This record gives sequence, structure tokens and C-alpha cells, in this order.
Amino acid sequence: MDFLTLLQVLDTSVRLATPLLLACLAGLYSERSGVVDIGLEGKMLAAAFFSAAVAFYSGNAWVGLLAGVGASVALAVIHGLASVTFRGNQLISGVAINFLAAGMTVLVAQSWFRQGGRTPPLEGDARFNPIELPFAIGPSDATAADRPLSQLIAEAGPLQQFYSELISGHSSLVYLALLTVPATWWLLFRTRFGLRLRAVGENPAAVDTAGVSVVWLRYAAVLLCGVLCGVAGAYLSSALQAGFVKDMTAGRGFIALAALIFAKWRPVYALWACLLFGLFQALELRPDIIENVIGLKVQVQLLGALPYILTVVILAGFVGKAIPPKASAEPYIKER
Amino acid sequence: MDKMPKWADIVLIPLISLFLAAFFSALVILAIGENPIEALKLMVDGALMRSAGWGYTLYYATNFIFTGLAVSVAFHARLFNIGGEGQAMLGGLGVALACLYIDWPHWSLAILGASVGAACFGALWALIPAYLQAKRGSHIVITTIMFNFIAAAILNYVLVELLRPVGAMDPASAKFPEAVHLPTFQDMFSTEGSKLFRGAPANVTFFLALAACVIVWLLMWRTKLGYQIRAFGHSESGALYAGISPVRITVIAMLISGALAGMMSVNTTMGESERLILNSTEGAGFIGIAVALMGRNHPFGVLLAAILFGFLYQGGAELALWTSIPRELIVVIQALVILFTGALDNMVREPLEKLFIAMRRRNA
Repeated sequence: MDFLTLLQVLDTSVRLATPLLLACLAGLYSERSGVVDIGLEGKMLAAAFFSAAVAFYSGNAWVGLLAGVGASVALAVIHGLASVTFRGNQLISGVAINFLAAGMTVLVAQSWFRQGGRTPPLEGDARFNPIELPFAIGPSDATAADRPLSQLIAEAGPLQQFYSELISGHSSLVYLALLTVPATWWLLFRTRFGLRLRAVGENPAAVDTAGVSVVWLRYAAVLLCGVLCGVAGAYLSSALQAGFVKDMTAGRGFIALAALIFAKWRPVYALWACLLFGLFQALELRPDIIENVIGLKVQVQLLGALPYILTVVILAGFVGKAIPPKASAEPYIKER
Repeated sequence: MDKMPKWADIVLIPLISLFLAAFFSALVILAIGENPIEALKLMVDGALMRSAGWGYTLYYATNFIFTGLAVSVAFHARLFNIGGEGQAMLGGLGVALACLYIDWPHWSLAILGASVGAACFGALWALIPAYLQAKRGSHIVITTIMFNFIAAAILNYVLVELLRPVGAMDPASAKFPEAVHLPTFQDMFSTEGSKLFRGAPANVTFFLALAACVIVWLLMWRTKLGYQIRAFGHSESGALYAGISPVRITVIAMLISGALAGMMSVNTTMGESERLILNSTEGAGFIGIAVALMGRNHPFGVLLAAILFGFLYQGGAELALWTSIPRELIVVIQALVILFTGALDNMVREPLEKLFIAMRRRNA
């Protein structure tokens, strides 16, 4: 395998890792506050549909993004009601949200567009288009030189290849997702809000005793989770692909959950975990590359299942131990 | 003293939750520009007014009885088995191996063999998450979710690479031999003059599911093991004091749960498709969650809830056929049922409890 192929695979990995990363950080906020969220998948799916639908009508991807975030936050409010206000079972609420999104998106899509549960394809500004960073070789250079882009990149030096192929040419949401990692780290570990958020996931009674509202903190975390899931969904339907199709999240919410455990509920580890799982997904698309490199035919099914298998191994504590926040999934009942 | 009478807990709360779910479903149907009353009439006509409709309703109900029982047995031990889907997939593999590689003289023996195969494979798939939960403290919900995906990958591999007949295109096993064909309701109940259950997939497995309800009831409320499982679910520390081993109960409850989920495949794989296909479970493993919640974890409640969901499934198929409402409406209804009976239970329960306490005070 040559250098350029490696870059191409890594480039695809970054693209595929982005929705995982956003959803994973979304889950991180929620779970750090003691609210387990297995409804990441559903929130992403709802956002994917509503952002694509509104982007189609408005012709503006950013307006679509807002609609997607709105849909995702609405589901997050339901999750908050069920798990914080009514102290219900958070896992069951997550399952309900996943089904609600799976059903409603197809129902509404059929009612609005009558195309069998999909939106019409998005074009132009209705999508998040790739950004060309300064000094990178991009499509505009190709048009100027009147030669195919792949040829131009193939002739460039390795550093320029690295910059143009891997660093440049992603949509704005990819860079946004990457920036969310240090932002999340800062918010959780360097601010008062973050300290309280982490405390409420470990020992809500102590936070309550200190006079800080457990309910408010948990709602804040659940809503932040909704916002990030919304961005993840919008990325799926209007950046990674051009439009919504039925069940397009395809288990990504659960892979994000797996990545969260793999990362032991830490933002920077989450980045590495999501990039790793993104790489698996990229290799699943190009099984020929693995065969060339290690000389063995690896079943694509194995690659697809690898994130889940790794997570079980990590959870089992055979390789490092993943310990969730102590008050996970436990509703807080105020003492009288 | 209890906060409210038992009948309110068992009958009133589920009915109110169901009503709320129905109300919101009606709103959804209105919102997409259809008439909810017309829709309900179509569903009742298609699912309950003809024997063939009942044949489908009971076929779906058979699946949901098994998966509902599976979830409820685990619930009794306070374990949330969300892996019914994966356990049922592997159960299907057990059925297929039993039907393809053993020469059965008669279907009655074959169904027993296939059931054992399905139960063993389903239980085996639940064993690893159970062991990890009991011994290593890995959360069973997360591991069973992961195992659903791993099961799907395994089934995909087995069907594409191993069981697919040479030259066949679609990922499915070979057709099972004629000898393992299970009698359908049409074979059993049609007389010379009138054909009943024409073309419907309901088959003898339905009675197996009824038997499973009775056996689960006996097990949970009439045996020492059932008592231990319920005691463990009620209070882990209390059970530990009483000398009940948490590891043993966790593993046994999950084995039973996995076996029941796996048995679902006898109905779909042996009774209907008569070969192993990729998506034979069709989400029934997840519907088991809704069924167990609605049925209040009691086999009789599970039976009623399973028939209700069977009706919804068949009715939903009719709707998709005659109107522009897609089948996914059922997924929405299922979500609302899980939401109101499971997650938002306290929303209904707390005002009711207050009401009953207030009434009691006035009477006293």
C-alpha cells in the first residue's frame, strides 16, 4: 500500500468518525451527569431527517442543522422528563426514544415527500460542502489547471499530499466536531459547571447538600447531549450523505456508546476511540486494502463487529477497566 | 399499608398508559393527514374480522409471547435483557442446524429437536453477558446491545459463507426437508366444507408458546428457583443474606431468558420461512420489551399484551396495504407504549397514588 492510499483511508476514517465523535461526546455529557443514554441513535436519526427535510425546503444547510438540533433536543427533553423529573428507568426511556425516532422519521418523510421514507437529494447550499483550506490542492486548482484532482494530488510532495488529502477538504462540521473535544475537556475539567456536572454523576446527594440543583444540572447535561446528537445527525444527512434515508444511522449511536465506554468517559480518549472505530468502518468499505497489507482475507462482518467485540472485552475488564460514573442510571430522590 | 389497591396497580395503570399511548398515536395519525378512526376500523377488519387475519395476528403473537416472556423473566431478577434480538437470531441458527442436519421421521419430533437447538443457542448467547455481569460487573444492558450486533455479524457470515447453497444468490440456508414442515392452523382447523386461516402463517408453535406461559408461571411462582429469582430482583442484599448466590441467579435467569428468546425462531424459521433467512427476527426481540412492560411481567399479562401487539402488527400491515400510512406507524405505537408503561410510569402512578390516599382519608 502506498502513502496516498493510506491517506485516502485515513481521510475516509475521519469522515466516518465525525458522527461517532459528536454522538460520543453527547453521551459523555449525559452519562457524566448520571443519566445513561442509549437513545443516542434515535436522537441522531431524528436530527438527520429533520435537518435534511428543512435543508431541502430552505436550501440552507445551517437552517437545516438548527431544525435537526431542535428535533434532537425535543427527544432529549422527553428523556429528561422520564429520567430526571419522573425518575423512571433511563434505559427503557432510551429504548422508547430509539423506536420513536425510527418510526416517526419514516412516517413524516412519507407524509411530506412520498418517496418511501426518504428525503429528495440535497444539492448546493442545502449541503455542508467541503472547505478548502489555504494552500491545499482542491477542486478549484483542478478546474484552474483543467486536470483531474487525483492527478494533481498524486504529483504533489508527501507533505502537501498529507495536507490536501487528510487535513483539508472536509465539511465545516468535521472541524467543529474536532474542536468540540478540547471544548468539552475544558468545560468538564476546568470550569465550575463541569466540576458540578461530574460530581452529580458520582454523588448527587453531596451536590444537593452543597445547595446546587441536581435536577437543573442533569437537565443541562441531557440538553447538551441533545444538541450534540443533533449536529451528529445533521452531519450524517447533509454532509456525509446528500439526504435522509430510512434508518440511516445504522447503529452509529450504539458504536458511539461503545466508544464512550472504550474511552472510559473521557473526551480526549473519546477522540481516539472514535477515530479507531471510524478506521474500522473505512476498512469495511475497502477490504482489499487489508488483504494487500497483511496478506490475509479478513471477513467484512468481523470488521463490522469489531467495535462491539472490543467494547465487550474492555467492559469485561480483561484489558484495563472501564468504570462508569457511580450514580449512573440511578434517579436521585431528594431526602425530606 | 399499600398506597393503592392491587387492582389499580395491575389493571388501572396499564389501561391508563395504554390509553395515553393510543391517544398520542391518534394524534400522530391526524398529523400526517389521515383519519385515526378509519385507520382503527381498517386494522380491526384486517386483523380480527377474518380467520386469516387471526392467523397472522396469532403468528406474530407467538413471537411476542416468547420474547415477552424472555424479557420478563430477566426483569424479575432485575436484569434488563435487551439482547432478545440477538438471542433469537442465534436461536434461528440452532433451529436451522437441527432441521438441516438431522433426519427427522416426523414433525412432532423435529419441533422438539428444533426447540432444544433454539433454546441452547439462545441461552448460550445470553450466557456470556450474564457471566460478565455476575463475575466482572460489566453492565448487562450494554453487553447485550453489543451482542445483538455481534450476533447479526455472525449470522451474516454463516449465511453468506457457510449455509448458503452453492449457486444461490440470496443469503439464506437451503429449504428445510418436507418432513419438518409444521402443521399450520389451516392444516389443523380447516374442514371439508370451509377453509379456515387460509394462507396464514400461524402454526402449531402457538401452542408451544402457550405451554411456555404456563411453565414460566409455574417456575416463577411455584418453585424454589422462581422464588429465589424474584427475591434477588427485589433486593440483592436481602437475597444474599438468605444464602442466594447472585452469580448463580444472574446466570440462571439469563439462561432461561435467552432460551425463551431463542425459541421464538421455531415459529419464524421452522413454522414460516422453512429456511434460515437473514432478518427473520424483524425486531421481535425489542417488541418483547414493550410486551413485558405492558404485561406487568406476568405470563398471563404477557399473553394478552402479545396478542395486542400481534393485532397491531397485522393491522399495521393492512394499513400499509390500503392507505398511505406506512408500517412504521406500528414502531411509533410500540415506542409510545414503552414510553408510557415503562419510562413515564411514575407520571401516571404518582397522581393516582395521591388520589387513592386522599380517598382513603375521606372514608376514614
